[in-house]
Parts: sequence; structure tokens; C-alpha cells
Amino acid sequence: MTLSRRDLLLGTAGLAAGAAGAQLLGSGPAFAQAAAPAYKPEQGASLRVLRWTPFVKGDEDSWLANTKKFSDETGVQVRVDKESWEDIRPKAAVAANVGSGPDIMLVWFDDPFQYPDKLMDVTDIATNFASKYGGYYPGLEGYAKRDNKFIALPLAAIGNGILYRESMLQQAGWSKFPEKTDEFLEMCKALKAKSKPAGFALGKAVGDGNNFAHWIVWSHGGKMVDESGKVAINSPETIKALQYARELYQTFIPGTESWLDINNNRVFLSGDISVTANGVSLYYSAKNDPKMADMAKDIRSTTLPVGPVGQAVELHQTTSAVIFQYTKYPNAARAYLQYMLDKPQMDAWITASSAYCCPPLKGMIDNPVWTSDPVHEPYKRASSTLRTNGYAGPLGYASAATMADYVMVDMVAEAATGQRTPEEAAKRAEQRANRYYRV
Amino acid sequence: MANAALTHADAPAARSREPLLQSKGFLGLLFMLPGAAFLLIFLTYPLGLGVWLGFTDTRIGRAGVFVGLENYQLLWEDSLFWLSVFNTILYTVVASVLKFGLGLWLALLLNEHIPFKAFVRAVVLLPWVVPTVLSAIAFWWIYDSQFSIISWALINLGLIETPINFLGDTTNARITVILTNVWRGIPFVAITLLAGLQTISPSLHEAATLDGATSWQRFRYITLPMLSPLIAVVMTFSVLFTFTDFQLIYVLTRGGPLNATHLMATLSFQRAIPGGQLGEGAAIAVAMVPFLLAAILFSYFGLQRRRWQQGGTD
Repeated sequence: MTLSRRDLLLGTAGLAAGAAGAQLLGSGPAFAQAAAPAYKPEQGASLRVLRWTPFVKGDEDSWLANTKKFSDETGVQVRVDKESWEDIRPKAAVAANVGSGPDIMLVWFDDPFQYPDKLMDVTDIATNFASKYGGYYPGLEGYAKRDNKFIALPLAAIGNGILYRESMLQQAGWSKFPEKTDEFLEMCKALKAKSKPAGFALGKAVGDGNNFAHWIVWSHGGKMVDESGKVAINSPETIKALQYARELYQTFIPGTESWLDINNNRVFLSGDISVTANGVSLYYSAKNDPKMADMAKDIRSTTLPVGPVGQAVELHQTTSAVIFQYTKYPNAARAYLQYMLDKPQMDAWITASSAYCCPPLKGMIDNPVWTSDPVHEPYKRASSTLRTNGYAGPLGYASAATMADYVMVDMVAEAATGQRTPEEAAKRAEQRANRYYRV
Repeated sequence: MANAALTHADAPAARSREPLLQSKGFLGLLFMLPGAAFLLIFLTYPLGLGVWLGFTDTRIGRAGVFVGLENYQLLWEDSLFWLSVFNTILYTVVASVLKFGLGLWLALLLNEHIPFKAFVRAVVLLPWVVPTVLSAIAFWWIYDSQFSIISWALINLGLIETPINFLGDTTNARITVILTNVWRGIPFVAITLLAGLQTISPSLHEAATLDGATSWQRFRYITLPMLSPLIAVVMTFSVLFTFTDFQLIYVLTRGGPLNATHLMATLSFQRAIPGGQLGEGAAIAVAMVPFLLAAILFSYFGLQRRRWQQGGTD
């Protein structure tokens, strides 16, 4: 919140200065604070949008409905294609560099930083949104802003959260889900002893594995690189985190080191584990199945516990919208995103996404979806707890390659399973990260 | 082009060119052209491009510059790369030996007179026919850390207490993927060797039997030598398939747990496509070539030296 106020102050200061300048020059109206940049689509423009395959049906329906409204209002035909989420990265990189393909893409994580020069500057749209809707959450802004220039428009955080079975917690003697990592460990021990154990993915799970590993390390103050991009993973904080991971792992159901993204869903739905971390989709798998009605009623959710750093920090998944410079209809593309990402459309889209997508702007966070079901509420906090995958350094090729090579996941898994000591695991991660962040 | 040439040949006006079109050499070249073009475009070019990429720092979508051996230098110092080399060799050697032993055994069994011979032979081929990804997904369930049918059966039989951690323990995971690969590869070896067995003239066996040879002696001195050229070919292919395996690992473990089943092929993919470093991925793929060449040379010179069929001695 402090940041938003600072943003606001900076923003107003800038505007005031601009206004003063304008008055000095004697030009007409000083400024129009909320005047959105107006883009008039080119004559006969049509657009191609490539997005990731939606995880929930409502998302897709709403996105297409909003798109249709845009087409009806402007006459611009928009074709929306979709592609499995893991295929978006290579496709976008090729499109950017070959210079042809979709005009707009919804991309993941630090994708825009892989080809920043090929993306259209959307600073005016972003700053207008930011001033209108209380500013962006810093994490999501980090994925879109480079050198004070927006090369992408933050779209949403795909929230990760704890899902647990209330009855199983009660059985172990816990009436409330702990908020701190040390209590969390105690609870997991109790769960293992008296009830069903917890289980978090430690295998090569692109989403779940990375979410869990980054949370463990970050919550203890560890980080892959420092602000200048120098590898800093081999630190006392990381070692602490890995020791914690080792203890926590011993309370898990056996086999988590082989889990891919889907495994924790299956085990949770079979009732063999009491606690896991996932997107809200897991809850819906139970809720939408009449046979699992009892289980669905027993499922609760919360955010991942806060560690020694004293604040909730998580990776989540982040998606941003980019416009490629090669587009033949830059104004239509900008008008489209300006329309789609504005509050009325976003509100509808966020509502339809059943708590899967969390908005990037503070002024859009209040949405009936978060209260429509108590399980949704924790996912509302995704945007505010989100950190970029290259934390604390700059985003770019090295941050992407380090995550794709599972450096963080492998380190946590090695230490957790006891394959290596925490010290060895951290040292090895340092060596591996140094290959990308060339020393 | 070939079409144009042929229509010319049909035209009476082109009579004078007939000698050219009737020349064996020219026609031969002409007929080889489609095949050669196919090989050049779809085999030589991609291979050459892969080798070239290995010397550049190309990333997905960004043309790289020539960096010499830098990728290889980096790999040399990369413990994960060496782990994948070790895994690949272990995987290939163990799986190939098992496939050969079991495949030959199966071939010998199938060569006997058994009821429903044709049906049984067809069934044996199934693992090879089913798309790898499909069978791998089935195995993924069979090896699931919680829902494995094997663990379930053993628990219900009272033989074990907790489910077997097939893909979570590093040793178990290696054994599991190797056995799955063997399951998939046996039919190829067995059916091919069976074909070879059937070309061995029964009169040789009859003669040997009359001379009082035991069945082991017949196998050792007739079947095995007659089969050895075929074994060389089959095992070369089998080693190549195993060494370059990707789908099975990608579905079952993605190289986990703790990279214990990361093969060179899966590491190459992980670095090149999700990681975006085409140059380094290509370098890993190229690093597989010497191993493959060694395997081919070993098969050819090691197993095919005895030219029994040509009547040679050794």
C-alpha cells in the first residue's frame, strides 16, 4: 500500500510539473488526468490474438464475449487462437524474432524480457490504467516494465494457495491453519502422526514444483540473485530454508519427489493427503463432481505460511499481454488491449474465471468472485504476494533459463530428500545458476 | 523437373536426345534425384544445422553468433550434463543387454511349434506397435507413488506395507524406466530374430542331430552363428533407439527424481525448448553422436566380423 501511495505522489508530482510547464507555455487546458490515450483502429483492421488455453471454461467464454463486444463497437475483427500454456513461450519467441504471427499474445512470466525490442511500447496505456485504478501490484508490474517503459500490460496472476481438509486438521488437533512456517511444520508433523500427511510436489512440476520451491527459499530470505543479478543463492538464509525443507519433507506422504503437476491433485482428491498447494482448480474438481460433494464441503483454503522474512512471498504464475511491433494495425491492437483490460471487461472476466485469475491493478481487486465462495478468498491475495521469478535481480534470458532448468526445484528437492546436505545443494545451485548469470 | 524431362522424352522432337535418356548413368542419376533431395532436405540439412547450432549461442527466435567450442566447454564443467551422460550409458547398456537376452529367448520360444502361432506372434508385437506415449502414460499410472496397481496388489496380498516408491527413489526410478524400455523394445528384437531363425535351413539341424549334437550344441554352433549378422543389425538399431529415447522419460519422470533419469535427449530438450537455449541444446544432441557412432562401429565390426554366411572363417 505504501508503494501505491508513493506511486500516486510521484504521479501527481509529475503531472503537476507537466501542468506547470504547460501553463508556462500558455497552452490551453493544463492536463486531463484520467484522459486515456485514444487509439482509433485503422481502416479495415483485423487482429490475431494467441492466448494460453484457459484453465476454466468461464475464462474463455468471458474473454470471447468481451472480444465480441469490442468487434461490435469498433468493427475490428479479432481472431482468438489458443495454445497449450507450455507452448506459448517458444511460439512467442519465434513470432517476435521472425517478425510475423499473431498481433497480440498473452505470455507467461518473464517472456517479454526475452525480446523486449520487438514489443510495442504500451507505457501510455499502462500508466493511464495505473493512475485510474490505484496502481499495479509491484510483482506484476515487474514482469511488464523495463527501464521505466512498459513492454507488456500485466493481465493476471494465476494464484497458488494452500488447500486443506478441515476434518483432517481437526483430527490432528488443529482447529486453525497456522500462519507461520514453524507452526506449519508442527502441524505437518501432527498430521503425519495422527491424520493424513501433507504433500507438495518436489518433482519436475513446472507450476507446482516451482511455486513450492520458490516459496520455501523466499520465505526464509534466500534469493537466486541479488539486485545486480549476481548469484546469491548460496547464503545462510538459503541453508536455513533447505534445513526447513528437509524437516518438512519428512512429514510428507512418500513419493513427492516424483510428482509432476497433476499428482498432488489426484492424491488430494483420493483423500490420501490433507494439505497441498495448488490453483483453485483442484477445489473445483471436487466441487463439480456430485460424488465428491462431501469432500468439497470439507475443503478449505489459505495462503502459504509466512516465514522468517515476515511477509507472504510467492511465485504464482503471471500472465501479461504483449503487442508485437510487426503488427500491421498497431492502433487496433492497442485499442483492443485498452478495451479488454479496462475495468468493466476485466471485472466480468475475473468474475467468470472463478478465482483462477487475480487482477493486476489494485483498483480492480474488489470483485464479487472473492466472496462468492469462502475457498476463493485466499486467491485474492495472489497479486499482492507475487514476486518475479528472477527475484531480486533483473529479468531476462538468465532468469528464464534458470527456472526452465529447474535450478531452484532441484536444489530444494536434493536437500529435502537428503540426497545432498543443504550446504551442498546450495553450492550446486550456485554453480548451475552461474552458468546462466555468467560470472 | 523429372516430369519435364520425361515429357520431353515422349515428344518426337526430342529424338535426338534419346541417347542421353537411355544412358544408364544419366537415368540412374535422374531416378536417384528424388531420394537424394529427400535425404538432403530432411536429413542432411537438419543434421548439419544441428551441428552448426551447437557452435553458436542461438536462442529460440534469436539468431546466434559463432562461439566456437564455448557450449562444449560449458557442458564439460556442468555436473548435470555428466550425470545425464552416465544415465544414458547406464540406461542403454542395461536395457540393450536385457532386450537382447530376453528377445532372443522369446524368438526361440516362438520358433517352436505352439498352438495359435500366428495369434501369439501378433500379440507379442503389441508393445512395439502401441505409440510410446500411450503406453508410457499407462505405465505412469502403474508406477504412481500412491495409486500403483502393483503396490496395491502387493499390499492386498500382505507382502508389503507401504506403496513402492517407483519413480521417487533414484535407484527405483532408474530400474523402473529401464524395465519399461525393455518391455517396449523386446518385440522388435524378438520378431526380427524370429524371422532370422526361420531362414536357417532345418536340414542343418537334422544333420547335427544325426551327428549326436545336443540342443545346446546346435544352438551354439548352428543357430547363433547363422543369426549373428542379423543380431548385429537388430542390436545396432536397438542401441540407437535406446540411446536416443525421449518420450518414455518425458512422460514418466521428465528426468526426475533429482535428475536420476535425465538422459542426454531429455536434457537437450529441456535446455533447448523450455529453456530457450537452442545452441546448448544442440551441443548436447551433437555430443550424443560420438557415442552413437561408437555403438554402430562396435556392432558392425564386433559382431559381423565372422562372415559365416560367406563361408569365411573369421
